[in-house]
Amino acid sequence: MKTYEKAIEKVILLSAIMATISVGLITFFIFRSGLPVLLEYGIIDFIFGTTWSPTNGDYGILPLIAGTLSITIGSLIIGVPTGIACAVFLAEILQKKWAKAFKFSIELLAGIPSVVYGFFGLVVLIPAIREYILPIYQFFDPEVSQTGFSVLAGAVILAIMILPTIVSMSENSIAAVPVEFKEASLALGANKMETIVRVLIPAAKSGILSSIILGMGRAIGETMAVLLITGNMAKIPGTILDPVATLTGTIAMEMGYASPTHQQVLFAVGIVLFVVIMILNIIAQLSVRKIGGNA
Amino acid sequence: METKFEIEKLNLYYGSFQALQDIDMNIYSNRITALIGPSGCGKSTFLRTLNRMNDLIRGVTIEGTVKFDGEDIYGNFYDIIKLRKKVGMVFQKPNPFPKTIYENIVYGPKIHGEKNKTVLDNIVERTLKEVAMWEEVKDRLQKPALGLSGGQQQRLCIARCLAVEPEVILMDEPTSALDPVATSKIEGLLEELAEKYTIVIVTHNMQQAGRVSDYTSFFLNGKVIETDKTEVIFSNPANKKTEEYITGRFG
Ligand SMILES: Nc1ncnc2c1ncn2[C@@H]1O[C@H](COP(=O)(O)OP(=O)(O)OP(=O)(O)O)[C@@H](O)[C@H]1O
Ligand SMILES: [Mg+2]
Repeated sequence: MKTYEKAIEKVILLSAIMATISVGLITFFIFRSGLPVLLEYGIIDFIFGTTWSPTNGDYGILPLIAGTLSITIGSLIIGVPTGIACAVFLAEILQKKWAKAFKFSIELLAGIPSVVYGFFGLVVLIPAIREYILPIYQFFDPEVSQTGFSVLAGAVILAIMILPTIVSMSENSIAAVPVEFKEASLALGANKMETIVRVLIPAAKSGILSSIILGMGRAIGETMAVLLITGNMAKIPGTILDPVATLTGTIAMEMGYASPTHQQVLFAVGIVLFVVIMILNIIAQLSVRKIGGNA
Repeated sequence: METKFEIEKLNLYYGSFQALQDIDMNIYSNRITALIGPSGCGKSTFLRTLNRMNDLIRGVTIEGTVKFDGEDIYGNFYDIIKLRKKVGMVFQKPNPFPKTIYENIVYGPKIHGEKNKTVLDNIVERTLKEVAMWEEVKDRLQKPALGLSGGQQQRLCIARCLAVEPEVILMDEPTSALDPVATSKIEGLLEELAEKYTIVIVTHNMQQAGRVSDYTSFFLNGKVIETDKTEVIFSNPANKKTEEYITGRFG
């Protein structure tokens, strides 16, 4: 029995070491492949360069950053209010047993492969944008002609994809607000809505905030779904119907045929993503820890 | 002497469990009424029927009438928000919001539409003075309320309740989580508050009931055994059960 336990312990330890080493190696590899070209090209030129044209040796990733940023922000604008409203509804308004069923099905959304979302966007969303949103634009400016592959399409799909994260984490933190706060508010003559907006949401704000940050991390890192529906044009978008290319999408598409330098540049793009997502995760962790401290 | 609450034939059920049985009671204006009785006898439940806090619990049914200033609060069109504004509540565990001291006090007035900064400032000062806390905290109104001591938090909760200018204050064992010093501060406060407000207080502490209240009501198993002037209850109760409880022979 003793030896058996010891063996298990060793196996677990080994797995932990392996996991840590893999992460370390991947990090090392990305930086080793991307850093030299990044330094050679110049970090400023790389990040603030407005032309992404790898075949001509122009490696300015500002259009890609703009692409990623625009659909990420768009997805947050759509997804955050929806997600919080949904979380409030599940935590405070719906009966417990129904809330459970709803929450379960929203969490299922997280399990759908992202290419399926992309495909859904392709066959449903893009034609819809072309048919219903584009005419609104053309009403003001008849010259406009767009395909539907756009910031808007990416933002909508990403909003759906980050919903499970936002809803389930926000719901947990709203439900964890002590009932005493709610009672205190109601006993002062506040109605349900005032109590939710002024007491429950503020009291749950660090949890809600970290859910948003994690959702944002997911939106930035998402590749496949946005690749299929944003049009992949490395240009800074002017309107929400313009096509854009994202950091992740560009890596995925160009890695296959990239020349050696181009390939190293794509690794440098990877470094940018890595750093951004690392920072977001750290912020999220810190704010979660803060809830623990308060409770 | 005016009657604030007139309770007649009040029955309350949690699902099929009857927690209150045929309660008849009058609660008088500007008096302190203490509710005593062993654990689980229905004191908190009764207290919460007076500002309709039991409405929050699923499966509660209530029969009978509770008249507040002559009007049945369980009537069809009764405005609960107005009721809760007039009938404030202080809970057993101090429960200030995780906001600043200032924000805690102005929460109620703001909800009820007060926006004027000077008026709100005055409310904060007045209520903190009423709970004898102004000197202690006037320099840290913008600090988190959760940084106060337990006794201060409870007095802040009383101030928060006073800020909406209630007529009645319901208190459910307001000192049970506090040390003797903080307790005596709050007891002293009660006497002053009774000049302006009607107070109903649940307590497990017989000395406390004897010290602070004008009327005492003894609850047992969901029924009111007797209600009378506090001196009478403590010196010459009509019911044998009351005497046994007060002298500590059970409960
Ligand atoms: N939400 C609820 N659902 C079902 N039963 C309840 C609920 N709240 C209270 N009860 C029951 O109703 C009875 C009265 O409870 P109540 O809390 O009013 O007692 P109490 O006199 O305040 O007791 P204590 O002195 O311990 O606070 C108890 O038997 C309790 O178990
Ligand atoms: Mg109780």
